[in-house]
Amino acid sequence: MSSSFTDRLLGRVRLGGLLALAAPVLAIVFAALVTSIILVLTGNPPLHTLLLLVDYGSQPRTIVNIVNLATTYYISALAVAIGFRMNLFNIGVDGQYRLAALLAAAVGGALVLPPVLHVGVTVLVAVAVGGLWASIAGLLKVTRGVSEVISTIMLNAIATGFGAWLLTTDRLAVAVSGSNNIGTKPIPASGQFPGFAMIPGTQAKVFGFIVVAAVLGIAYHVLFNWTRFGFNLRATGASESAAVASGVNVKRMVLLTMIISGAVAGLVGMPQLLGASYSYSLDFPTGLGFTGIAIALLGRNNPAGIAVGALLWSYLDNSSDILDLEGIPKETVIIMQGTIVLSVIIAYELVHRYRMSAEQRRVSRQLSAGTGAPAEGAVA
Amino acid sequence: MHAVVGENGAGKSTLMKILYGMQHPDEGVIRVGGKPVTFRSPADAIAAGIGMVHQHFMLADNLTVLENIILGSEPRRGLGIDFGGARRKIKEISDAYGLGVSPDTLVEDLGVGARQRVEILKVLYRGARILILDEPTAVLVPQEVDELFDNLRGLVREGLTIIFISHKLDEVLSVADAITVIRRGTTVASVLPRDVTARQLAELMVGSELPSPETRESTVTEQVALSVRGLTVRGADGRAVVRDVSFDIHKGEVLGIAGVEGNGQAELVEAIMGMRPAEGAVTLGGADISHWPTLRRREGGIGYIPEDRQRHGLLLNSPLWENRILGHQTRRPNVRGPWIDRAGARADTQRIVDAYDVRTPGIDVDAAALSGGNQQKLVVGREMSGDPVVLIASHPTRGVDVGAQAAIWDHLRAARAAGLAVLLISADLDELIGLSDSLKVLLRGQVVADVDPAGVTPELLGSAMTGAGGHDNAPAVPGGGGTVAAGGRGDDPVDPDKPADPSAPGRAGETPAGEGA
Amino acid sequence: MTAVAEAAAPPAAPSPARRFRLGWRAALLGVLALLVMMSVARVVTGANDITSAGTIGAAVGLAVPIGLAALGGLWSERAGVVNIGLEGMMILGTWCGAWGALTFGTPWAGVVAGALGGALGGLLHAVVTVTFGVDHIISGVAINILGLGVTQYLSKLVFTDMDGGGETQSPRIPSIGNVGIPGIGDGLQSLERTHTFLVADLAGVLRGITQNVSLFTLLAILLVPLSFYVLWRTPFGLRLRSCGERPVAAESLGVNVYYYKYLAVLVSGALAGLGGAFLSIVASGIYREGQTGGRGFIGLAAMIFGNWRPGGLAGGSLLFGYTDALQLRQGGTSVHALLLVVAMLLAAFAVYQLVRQGRGRAALISGVFAVAVFAVFMVTDTVAEQFTSFTPHLTTLLVLSLASQRLRMPAADGVPYRKGQAK
Repeated sequence: MSSSFTDRLLGRVRLGGLLALAAPVLAIVFAALVTSIILVLTGNPPLHTLLLLVDYGSQPRTIVNIVNLATTYYISALAVAIGFRMNLFNIGVDGQYRLAALLAAAVGGALVLPPVLHVGVTVLVAVAVGGLWASIAGLLKVTRGVSEVISTIMLNAIATGFGAWLLTTDRLAVAVSGSNNIGTKPIPASGQFPGFAMIPGTQAKVFGFIVVAAVLGIAYHVLFNWTRFGFNLRATGASESAAVASGVNVKRMVLLTMIISGAVAGLVGMPQLLGASYSYSLDFPTGLGFTGIAIALLGRNNPAGIAVGALLWSYLDNSSDILDLEGIPKETVIIMQGTIVLSVIIAYELVHRYRMSAEQRRVSRQLSAGTGAPAEGAVA
Repeated sequence: MHAVVGENGAGKSTLMKILYGMQHPDEGVIRVGGKPVTFRSPADAIAAGIGMVHQHFMLADNLTVLENIILGSEPRRGLGIDFGGARRKIKEISDAYGLGVSPDTLVEDLGVGARQRVEILKVLYRGARILILDEPTAVLVPQEVDELFDNLRGLVREGLTIIFISHKLDEVLSVADAITVIRRGTTVASVLPRDVTARQLAELMVGSELPSPETRESTVTEQVALSVRGLTVRGADGRAVVRDVSFDIHKGEVLGIAGVEGNGQAELVEAIMGMRPAEGAVTLGGADISHWPTLRRREGGIGYIPEDRQRHGLLLNSPLWENRILGHQTRRPNVRGPWIDRAGARADTQRIVDAYDVRTPGIDVDAAALSGGNQQKLVVGREMSGDPVVLIASHPTRGVDVGAQAAIWDHLRAARAAGLAVLLISADLDELIGLSDSLKVLLRGQVVADVDPAGVTPELLGSAMTGAGGHDNAPAVPGGGGTVAAGGRGDDPVDPDKPADPSAPGRAGETPAGEGA
Repeated sequence: MTAVAEAAAPPAAPSPARRFRLGWRAALLGVLALLVMMSVARVVTGANDITSAGTIGAAVGLAVPIGLAALGGLWSERAGVVNIGLEGMMILGTWCGAWGALTFGTPWAGVVAGALGGALGGLLHAVVTVTFGVDHIISGVAINILGLGVTQYLSKLVFTDMDGGGETQSPRIPSIGNVGIPGIGDGLQSLERTHTFLVADLAGVLRGITQNVSLFTLLAILLVPLSFYVLWRTPFGLRLRSCGERPVAAESLGVNVYYYKYLAVLVSGALAGLGGAFLSIVASGIYREGQTGGRGFIGLAAMIFGNWRPGGLAGGSLLFGYTDALQLRQGGTSVHALLLVVAMLLAAFAVYQLVRQGRGRAALISGVFAVAVFAVFMVTDTVAEQFTSFTPHLTTLLVLSLASQRLRMPAADGVPYRKGQAK
């Protein structure tokens, strides 16, 4: 029994791991099937459409776009997953990142600082705003028992209104030259996060923020699997009553988790802001928080799984651009994404049930093989 | 009135579920009034005149009594419900059997006894001629038990048949007309109450000599490990559920708390663990811990075996070694500073598994996969491993098999001999008397008696718990006053003429392992 | 109208402090008091639009989709299924409503199609949550994503080729007729023009709710008492609610819990779909992408505001519809005037707490709030339109944080249920 690694490999990973992989694969196949049927019904050959997606998606320029968008999705999904780990539904990532990006953009555009410090301050503002905004929902839950699902949905709408109020020329916005768009003052070069041209065959740059995203992923893994805090957090998610009995201050955990989730959510807009647009304008991407929820579900709150999910999602989003040119509505991929999410969560649920009963059977089989009468033979 | 008795997990509840159509038999025939029947759902059973009163009440709190009763067989008037008709019919039945149920109250405003009468009325309302009662007395206080039995006798006089499931043997012997004993899913005996004693019945149930929880010589020392002074705990409505309780536990002493369930034991324990706000002082080894959070109390050396291990003691969907960490998140060998020490935790889990004989194929299986007894052994092993000064053991052998029970008793005795102070809460009177060095009786949140376990029988203890013998409504002297005056047992209406032995395995609440998943 | 039935039903109300129900007399008195306060605010500030017939009419119109979504939430959550997929089902309703009306040439076909489209979303939610036991919130989020994608896809496919349609919007939809009580409109209007204290306000409100009311609105209003009757007065409704309170109890009495949950979620989807269809057919006359604008969520909020009861959610929807309507009519000034009403309400509440309940501290807090709101009213001239846009959301947050102890959601709401789990 001391060979814990092989034990894990044979005992846990065999049951959990392979099946856990099988679930999303099956779900994607199922989603592809559903999409194919829709395509056939609307008179488009599915195979041809798929080839179009693959072809366009493997062009260097598209790959850069895929990686860049995936970076954003990844951070968003991590923010959601932090909450999920303790059964907190942070539906409010959307509002948190938009408000954070707006204020960070305003601060970043107004400051004059040396390069690294400038980026640091901007990011810090985003983290602080995201955390603070999320802490409202956390406080309401802890002190008044308000469900975070409802409060974060409401806070999203409030963030939208508040953001719209801030983003007027009376306050934080200036007119964007050459259009009727308005946005915050552009962040000067010292506050920009340089990217790298790492994909051969294109000059397009991958967001430098991908490094931060990767660090976040590793930090997430370490936090949950190797720290006391992470253990307490998971324990609270698994059984609040048991966590209380074990001495965890659940209210404090709820508030902290919400703040951490919001702080990470504050970073969601950063790749785009510091790597591409340098300004928060009316056309800053929205809805990333909801995508994050979907991807966190796909990746089962596991940092590696989330990375795969984010890449898949981003791949579908980016390569779909070609479809419109071919006369196929690009929204086909949204349907595919929605179907993937639904079938993946169903598949996980079924696998989970199967795993539970399989393990119980395995335990009782091994025990009855080992001792004659398990019910009574335990007297020491 | 036919009683079915058996150990926890003997298959009583499964049998009843089959009779009520909630589960399906693999083979065999059920006959009602001589005719073979098959039930695909409870609806079929109801149609055949069978009704069931579940151990855990099947009532919706936020619906009225009337709504709860008519649910599923509503009288109609046009499209709607005929509320007037339903109200009349409920009144009629209620009056006929003296159940005293008022139809328009919300169920959440009712007490336990009243809820049970609603359950019975629910069954009668459907015209049932055969009533199945699953552990009906488990949650009742003695007066309510008496009322229940009066009601049941009334029903039998009206020609109804009652199947009564229990493992409280004295009750069974006093009310049943015939008894069936089942063990591990098969009938082992059918007896008449006048032919057996409680002891014989218990041995039929268990299938062997009963293990004895007796402790030999005293190991009580002079050093006070845990001291509680004037502890008062208030419920959500501000009413005191634990009132002015004081006691000391010395090193090497087991202090037993006796009491009918729901008399403040759970709240007392949670207050000592810091899980519930309380007034009064708690000192641990001389240090005032009244304002310490739960974690610090645990670090200070209080071990805790919770009443409901599945809810409070374990993470069912986590592997055993993570469950080893639970409650010991700040201590070696589980952690180093803020980091989890996986290797240390795993090695120590393996030690517990070996030392406490936890039957498992490995420490990576989820806790939910283990049987109740093995789960409990893991919990006991874990709580003993933190070098506790004080152990709070709440129903430590509830819902576990006989083997695990004996093992857990052994561990408690060994720990006591090694100088541990133990607060033992149990509904099993033999366990309490056998293990404890001193006993306190809790009634309505107050200590009403101090009892010397050496000189008390389960019967005497039982009557002290119910407040019989003049203690009924007396606000007892705080901290208990002398020994219990537990006379006047003879007129106890529960069992007028049987000197019953309330049976060693008298545990309430079956929670088979893994069902929480 | 539901308040009448509710008040009449339970003769025994053991602890009125915990349960929050209004008798119809109290409700009527409350409405009247509110009208007086608004009249005062109107006279003081000159914001004539806060009780004008136009505002009230618009408020009713805007309240309908919110109310329908809220009713949808009620049906589903009373059966124990949390439905935050209402938004997605509503989106399906907007598209299907427009499509049905255009394809069959009559708006009523659109109404039916909208309900069916929403019900389809409900069916999906039911399959995922009831059959597969997936977490309700997760399923709802997925349905919101899917609803948006499907309608965008279908619009491109269908509306692009239509005359006057485009990728994100449909051609003009045939409209549904309006009705009104004849013969009183002009009289009320001239009364309203006098701007007399209270009289003009009453006239405005009456004209708003009696003239030019869409038939669809009438249908939606009728659905509120109908839902109450079905859910609280029929065997079907009792069984459905028992699934949301204690499904194991229902199962033990032979109630097929899955069946009722399925039906409830289907109806829930259909109602949300109707709300969507109202938006496309009546409110705008065309389908436009993003038309729902989060109204599904506001509907959910209205349901919570209404304490999971039909009468309450109707009140909540009206309140949210009203704040929505004010934005359209001199938003800044009107909402500013409303601040005064809020201050008066809070003050009245403080007095109530002090005199009737004897809760000094609570009264003090309410009083401080009243003064604060009044101060804001005094130092500002207008409220930015961006702030008025989230009035419903802010109201919901405030209500939840102040009154969450008084709210009573179904006991088994959101708890996954599997057959045979009774123990």
